[in-house]
Amino acid sequence: MAKYLLKRLAYIIVSLFFIITITFFLMQAAPGGPFASEKKLTPALEEQMNEAYGLNDPLYEQYFNYLVNAFTFDFGPSFKYVGQDVIEIITRSFPYSLILGIESILIALSIGVLLGVIAAVKHNKFGDYTAMVIAVLGISVPSFIMATVLQYIFAIKLGALPVARFESFAHTILPAIALATTPLAFIARLMRSSMLDVLNSDYIKTAKSKGLGQRVVTYKHGLRNAILPVVSYLGPLVVSILTGSFIIESIFGIPGLGSEFVVSVTNRDYTVIMGTTVFFSVLLLVSILLVDLLYGLVDPRIKVAGKGGK
Amino acid sequence: MALPQLKDSDFEPLQINDEEAEKIAGESTSYWKDAWRRFRKNKLALFGIVMIVLLGIMSFIGGPISGHNYFDNDLLNANKSPSGEHWFGTDNLGRDIFARTWYGAKISLFIGLMAALIDLVIGIIWGSIAGYFGGKVDEYMMRVADVLYGVPYLLVVILLMVILPQGLWTLIIAMTITGWINMARIVRGQVMQLRSEEYVMASRSLGASNTRLLFKHLVPNTMGPILVTLTLTIPNAIFTEAFLSFLGLGVPAPLASWGTMSSDALQSLQYYPFQLFFPAFFICLTMLAFNVIGDGMRDALDPKERK
Amino acid sequence: MSFKKKWVFLLVLVLSLGLLLAACSGGDNEESSEGGDSSEGNSEESGEGTLAADQTFDINIKTEPPSLHPGTASDSTSGIVLDQIFEGLMRINQDGMPEEAMAESVEISDDKKTYTFKIREDANWSNGDPVTAQDFEYAWKWVLNPDNADTDYAYQLYPIKGAQEAKEEGASLDDVGITVEDDKTLVVELEQPTPYFLDLTAFYTYYPVNHNVVDGNDEWAQDASDNYVTNGPFTLESWAHKDQIVLNKFSDYWDSETVKLETVNMYMVDDANTSLEMYNSGELDWVGDPSSPLPLASIPALKQEGNLNISDLAGVYYYAFNTEESPFDNVNIRKAFASAINRQGIVESITQRQEQPAMALVPPSIWEENKEGYFKDNDPEKAKEYLQAGLDELGLDKLPKISLSYNTDEGHAAIAQAVQDMWRENLGVEVELNNEEWNVYLDSMGSGNFQVGRMGWLADFNDAINFLEIFQSVGGNNYTNWENEEYASLLEESRTLTGDERKEVLREAEQIFMDDMPIAPVYFYTNTWLNKDYVKNIEISGLGSVQLKWGYLVEE
Repeated sequence: MAKYLLKRLAYIIVSLFFIITITFFLMQAAPGGPFASEKKLTPALEEQMNEAYGLNDPLYEQYFNYLVNAFTFDFGPSFKYVGQDVIEIITRSFPYSLILGIESILIALSIGVLLGVIAAVKHNKFGDYTAMVIAVLGISVPSFIMATVLQYIFAIKLGALPVARFESFAHTILPAIALATTPLAFIARLMRSSMLDVLNSDYIKTAKSKGLGQRVVTYKHGLRNAILPVVSYLGPLVVSILTGSFIIESIFGIPGLGSEFVVSVTNRDYTVIMGTTVFFSVLLLVSILLVDLLYGLVDPRIKVAGKGGK
Repeated sequence: MALPQLKDSDFEPLQINDEEAEKIAGESTSYWKDAWRRFRKNKLALFGIVMIVLLGIMSFIGGPISGHNYFDNDLLNANKSPSGEHWFGTDNLGRDIFARTWYGAKISLFIGLMAALIDLVIGIIWGSIAGYFGGKVDEYMMRVADVLYGVPYLLVVILLMVILPQGLWTLIIAMTITGWINMARIVRGQVMQLRSEEYVMASRSLGASNTRLLFKHLVPNTMGPILVTLTLTIPNAIFTEAFLSFLGLGVPAPLASWGTMSSDALQSLQYYPFQLFFPAFFICLTMLAFNVIGDGMRDALDPKERK
Repeated sequence: MSFKKKWVFLLVLVLSLGLLLAACSGGDNEESSEGGDSSEGNSEESGEGTLAADQTFDINIKTEPPSLHPGTASDSTSGIVLDQIFEGLMRINQDGMPEEAMAESVEISDDKKTYTFKIREDANWSNGDPVTAQDFEYAWKWVLNPDNADTDYAYQLYPIKGAQEAKEEGASLDDVGITVEDDKTLVVELEQPTPYFLDLTAFYTYYPVNHNVVDGNDEWAQDASDNYVTNGPFTLESWAHKDQIVLNKFSDYWDSETVKLETVNMYMVDDANTSLEMYNSGELDWVGDPSSPLPLASIPALKQEGNLNISDLAGVYYYAFNTEESPFDNVNIRKAFASAINRQGIVESITQRQEQPAMALVPPSIWEENKEGYFKDNDPEKAKEYLQAGLDELGLDKLPKISLSYNTDEGHAAIAQAVQDMWRENLGVEVELNNEEWNVYLDSMGSGNFQVGRMGWLADFNDAINFLEIFQSVGGNNYTNWENEEYASLLEESRTLTGDERKEVLREAEQIFMDDMPIAPVYFYTNTWLNKDYVKNIEISGLGSVQLKWGYLVEE
């Protein structure tokens, strides 16, 4: 196990290296630069800025610097926000995204799994149809529409919750729900489908024929096996909820990292792009590793470390 | 009711034929034939198919029957509520929303289906190979997927936009370039789970090739999660198109698509809610149809349900 | 970077991963923090004009200000904050004219090239130091020092003698025309008589910094710390990045009797609809220009309710023609396209903010005669004549497909689609729309990779030259590739002139420009905003700046 973990960690570092390299060259190739603005700088001023930020150095030198910076977690100052350190930007905005992300993952997982199980157990009955209509609505309505509609109903018409900003728990409810909608619906659908598979399988039939109660069969034997597809979706989900929250953050005026990630690209704020990319990539790679490990825990038949095939 | 006349010849014993004795009595059916038979019995799924066909037909005749086109501005009649003249009302430039909805249907359905199809093919191949062989192959293949997933998507899209000409196919490439990864991950998980099942082992010991094992036994058994993921891909693609058009990669104005129509209308939700209602309603309807078809297919394709 | 920061970063990373794990195992992590309720909402009976007890003003500034250092700021959001907490030699008063602020008097030499400023005795910094002439000298020369990067707006100082040479050509900073005569006397020499120089001294690049505190500490402006020393009507109380800025009244300000607001909350909420909703629910006292634009879709309804405030903004929205590319290398074709736009229709039905249709370059808020402009708006007949003449000159039967570019934005998209329709109808030309992300768009425009492209210009200072000089030569903000010798020499001539003479020369230049039509002007901008009835005397300038100095709240 220890050896496997070490190997995986090595892969993470290699993956990170590739991500940084690709991102660096994409960044360089993208048109526009960090100093472009509606009112153009005079050529001499632009030259001075390029010099000061090291953009005049040869490409390989810049690349090497980024690589060193990335692995020492020292990205330097932002281009756009004069003097603000990239690490500072990340450390101050990530907690907002994290809280929001955790809330919405909890909502999506708990309700999604519940709906899925209900639908599977009541296959082709009323419960199934209800759960499915909810899920289809959730899938078809993307988070930004959901956010606007929720804001309109609960904050504006009913005045029950705050319109925007991030000051108390009440402020997080609407954005967390909006963010959870699509994953919730997806998890419900996934759960229903794999639960149906499992409920039809021989060992469940055996358990039933041995006279075990419906409840025991469903929860003790079925759930554990059926949740696997959900688990494999979880790793990328965590990251996509954290990075994909930028529209929600912008609608609800939350100073999170999701919007920083997107805005840095549109600003061509090179250091912030690199910083957020490395940060999110580490999160992604580690959560994927965790998912692989979870696999082994949930289903003892799968040995991630082992060799399959012949 | 008169009984049929029985003759002596009716009571003669049948000839014993060794070959026929071995035959299984039921009509031999292929997997797909069988699936289709079961699918047909599912009323809900058939209803879904009818819906999609109707939407498809409307996307071609909807514009013409409204008597309007999707691009004519009428600034004096902007933002009008639904009426006899404009059945779904007009948008901020006074264009007929009914006509735009059906022109949009064509584009959105095409984009959604194409993106889903490409994701499906790449995802299944990538994920099943990684999951089936495991070990080094799995490790390398999944790490490639991780790297692709880790690079900022926005940067990739901006570059694609610069390199490739503007058009529907560029759009679809931009959507599928990372879109298949989720599908691959889910298929891989399922295949890993199934590869140690008895029937796979049995088939392998009978000398089945890897390809046969993968695509005859493993992939059909993962159809459930695959179809679910697929049905998510379609609305995802419809809305990603709206996001990409923000970057200048989407459908060029004044062409309509459901994604851009709803994200434009979102801005005026409070004032002209009908502008959001129509495209959103048809997206939901389409999704409902695809989902019931997906469920029907899942039930039909599941080898375990074969009776 | 210090080790400490690195550890904090690692800690956050580890913590977040830990929390992820916790979330996977179903842990419950709900965060709640004390919420500060900032709504205004008492409606006690009171006559108009009585000051409200609570002088707290809430406004949205949309985004994080990129820089609160007067020398490195170069955007309107930073400007809105800086204008309240710093003060230059002059301040634009409620009539839009520069009046004495840090300077108590100014003497201008007969050749209009030397300005002598006397600084107020009672002008103080927020740490108690007196404001001195050295503070101005230090601040300006800091910006002009080529070693200091991020000074995007250094060119604002270029009217000062020797400034451009020092910044760009390596000349000595000692040769720049800024002289400290004594602690309270500052003498500034200019390159040319610059009639708008006093306006400039009210702009944030001209603000002083306390050289005693700031010298040797380039990071002073990054947070609301003790080093953040200001001299304006308000002080920077706190700065929660990307979230909220709080300003407090500065009690030691020389004119503090005038200042009534005690606290100003500046929120950073990006979404326009959300911002409007916060206003409706009483969380904001002000919404709209210049700090956070109103959503386009809300304008008609707001107008109907009769609450919308509108004022002129010195700026022009235009379509630039690429005059090096066929068919727009032909002046008649350019004129045809310009005449075929129905500006009144666009302004009335799409933008709806009572913008003036633009048939000239310089806004009427600077030159009143430009309300009429140089040609007729929405003139399809004339457009067809021009088109025919142009086609004949080019030897074409029919125009090829034209592409119209704009950067992605709801408003630009709506206008472009309307114009596309007008050109198709009036000129029978097929127009392809092409939208791009902002940075990509600037790149395409800069490299001449467009046929017709949207652009806009908001004045830096209230003078026609600011619009005309854009097109003096190719490059910079002139994307049209259009150049004209006579035009350029007229502008140069104007720099040595003053008064009516100067205006005449500039008008002549504008006439040349409009005859050649390298751009099709569309409309002149306006400021549109909502404010609560109890908000009084907030000044919105024609340059898009806000001044809270005179603002106050009355009892509702």
